[in-house]
Amino acid sequence: MVMMERQLSAQAAAPLLSVQGLSRYYGARIGCKDVSFDLYPGEVMGIVGESGSGKSTLLSCLAGHQRPDAGGLSYNGVDVLALSEAERRRLLRSDWAYVHQNPRDGLRMGVSAGGNVGERLMAVGARHYGQIRDTATDWLGRVEIAAERIDDRPSAFSGGMQQRLQIARNLVTAPKLVFMDEPTGGLDVSVQARLLDLLRGLVRDLGLSVVIVTHDLAVVRLLADRLMVMKSGHVVEAGLTDQVLDDPQHAYTQLLVSSVLQV
Amino acid sequence: MIEVRNLSKNFTLHNQGGTVLPVMVGGHLDVAAGECVGLIGQSGSGKSTMMRMVYGNYLAAGGSIRIGDVDVVTALPRDIVALRRHTLGYVSQFLRVLPRVPTIDVVAEPLLVLGTPVDAARAKAAALLERLNIPQRLWALSPTTFSGGEQQRVNIARGFAHDYPALLLDEPTASLDAVNREVVLSLIEEAKARGAAILGIFHDEPARERVCDRLVDVTSFTPGLSA
Amino acid sequence: MTDQAYNFAYLDEQTKRMLRRALLKALAVPGYQVPFASREMPMPYGWGTGGVQVTAACLTPVDRLKVIDQGADDTTNAVSIRRFFQRTSGVAVTEATAEATIIQTRHRIPEQPLSEGQILVYQVPIPEPLRFLEPRETETRKMHELEEYGLMHVKLYEDIARHGEVSTAYAYPVKVEGRYVMDPSPIPKFDNPKLNDSPAIQLFGAGRECRIYALPPFTKVVSLDFDDHPFQASKAEHNCDLCGCGTSYLDEVITDDQGSRMFVCSDTDFCATRQAEGHRGRLSPEAA
Repeated sequence: MVMMERQLSAQAAAPLLSVQGLSRYYGARIGCKDVSFDLYPGEVMGIVGESGSGKSTLLSCLAGHQRPDAGGLSYNGVDVLALSEAERRRLLRSDWAYVHQNPRDGLRMGVSAGGNVGERLMAVGARHYGQIRDTATDWLGRVEIAAERIDDRPSAFSGGMQQRLQIARNLVTAPKLVFMDEPTGGLDVSVQARLLDLLRGLVRDLGLSVVIVTHDLAVVRLLADRLMVMKSGHVVEAGLTDQVLDDPQHAYTQLLVSSVLQV
Repeated sequence: MIEVRNLSKNFTLHNQGGTVLPVMVGGHLDVAAGECVGLIGQSGSGKSTMMRMVYGNYLAAGGSIRIGDVDVVTALPRDIVALRRHTLGYVSQFLRVLPRVPTIDVVAEPLLVLGTPVDAARAKAAALLERLNIPQRLWALSPTTFSGGEQQRVNIARGFAHDYPALLLDEPTASLDAVNREVVLSLIEEAKARGAAILGIFHDEPARERVCDRLVDVTSFTPGLSA
Repeated sequence: MTDQAYNFAYLDEQTKRMLRRALLKALAVPGYQVPFASREMPMPYGWGTGGVQVTAACLTPVDRLKVIDQGADDTTNAVSIRRFFQRTSGVAVTEATAEATIIQTRHRIPEQPLSEGQILVYQVPIPEPLRFLEPRETETRKMHELEEYGLMHVKLYEDIARHGEVSTAYAYPVKVEGRYVMDPSPIPKFDNPKLNDSPAIQLFGAGRECRIYALPPFTKVVSLDFDDHPFQASKAEHNCDLCGCGTSYLDEVITDDQGSRMFVCSDTDFCATRQAEGHRGRLSPEAA
């Protein structure tokens, strides 16, 4: 236990993801501008803001889906922007994971649940059918999908199940850094709670670092350690999640927090 | 263990014409290990504000709050997260949990985030729930449906699951019956005995007199109220 | 009977040069799909327009051409392509595998082992092995470039999950020289081992898709599989009813309305040669 904590704090000394002055423009319009932060191992950072605030642009730049126009991005001390495409894609299917808002974007709808989970394993070289299947079964269990559904296609699953399958598919190779884009977006409230609980447990048990983009302040309060608030492409406030939500400093954050409907 | 120096706090209300409300100046207090300090002062004098700042929930305008070797005022978010995991516990008046999570896991969670094996964490949680007279049949249910008093006891169980070296208690005995009040007070006494530094707000005066070693009147840090 | 209205082997010389450049590139990068400017041919797509263009680019007046369709020299497709080249190039033709210098084939590799100096030309309907898993061509090209072939095993995984074994029986994907994953055209997987280490040149032409790829002689070709589900070259568990051969690839033929059936070698030249050598099967005229 003491050993483990020491290792953790030794690791925590260096950031996993380091972002400096990241900017992305769409012609003359600002996508996101001059964003900087360090994400440490095991940290969960939320990015909130309204539609068009630049949070999705920022996420796609971080995850390598778009190339930023300026700024630096390093992962484990490696300059991500200088990587070859082959190296970058290898990173994307081994160390990183990306959970889409719409599970249809992150799943292969024509491939069985087991094949969906197994794909990343096979992509990194797994060639033993029995082991791939055992691992897939184990992961389906971890995301609360019954083992007998392993050969069903995701099109036969409910929205919540599809999202959980997408999470299993992403986490099966034990990534260190997970990007999530509105992971609870299209789900019923009751399904959301279950998914959030699941995510929280996985983040805790696997020691994941997460960047999660959402417009739902309740989601970040429950999942994120830290929060960045974006408006018009700029980060207007950042800090400890409950501090930003309970004692917001910037005018926009105060407005955002006070605009949430109370149940 | 807890050392507050020259602490100040303003609220800026941007949506009300940028009004700046100074709510604390010159905040100062110490809590040693094994000691319980009670905050007193009239309503609105800043007791909760002080507690929230010590927990890192409110941002201080100036001064320092040292807990162990961390200054909460200047610490990075991840340092505060680590501080809250390992060192600083907080029993608030309100239970804020995810719906659907069983009570036993709500209570065990502070231990699980520290890497305690699930069985050991659940065993500790079960012992606390039993002591606080939460019937076993409720343990598998989410506390969101519980009565106010039950929620308060779940909250206390969660706050005492891990043996934090420093503990913040916001009205821990409010809305409890005599039996459970006694349990909570003995939990506080046990925490003091193992060396925890405790800072608390107690409106329950007999309770305050029983567990607090010293009292600090926050009115003296409140602009407009201090003598 | 050369038809003087056409250039030798139908295509003009510039087109053949273009094809040869593509073929040389394909041979230099085994298994890589080389784009080429496929021409309209006087036959419909799906009838071997890719194979015909490759054959046309390789033919010389001294060649001896064999054309087979599903192993048979006497089916419509084989006959019409053979006649096409007889008419446009006047080259000699043969049905004997060993005598041919160029063999154009649809869906089979001859049973008789090929030798150095021979060229086997495959007709390919869909050259992209990843197509049914990833429909975007931009993406599959990127996957080849970066050797991202996990998806190919997803297909095999799905087979085993659904059928208990790899049910892909033809167009079974292979890896060439440890680099490119390649569709061997719809040959039965029984023929896959013959792709490996062959002394002949193997050329693949996909006319509709404008792609050429190739295996130079003695190329290492491995069928994809799982450690615990190794590749197996399967065939019907019968002997040929005409020549008695127990090791050749068989066609099942229904012989009447009562469900009677027979199994015969799909390679007609191989079967006829064996029968001429005196081998007999269950339904041979003498045995019946």
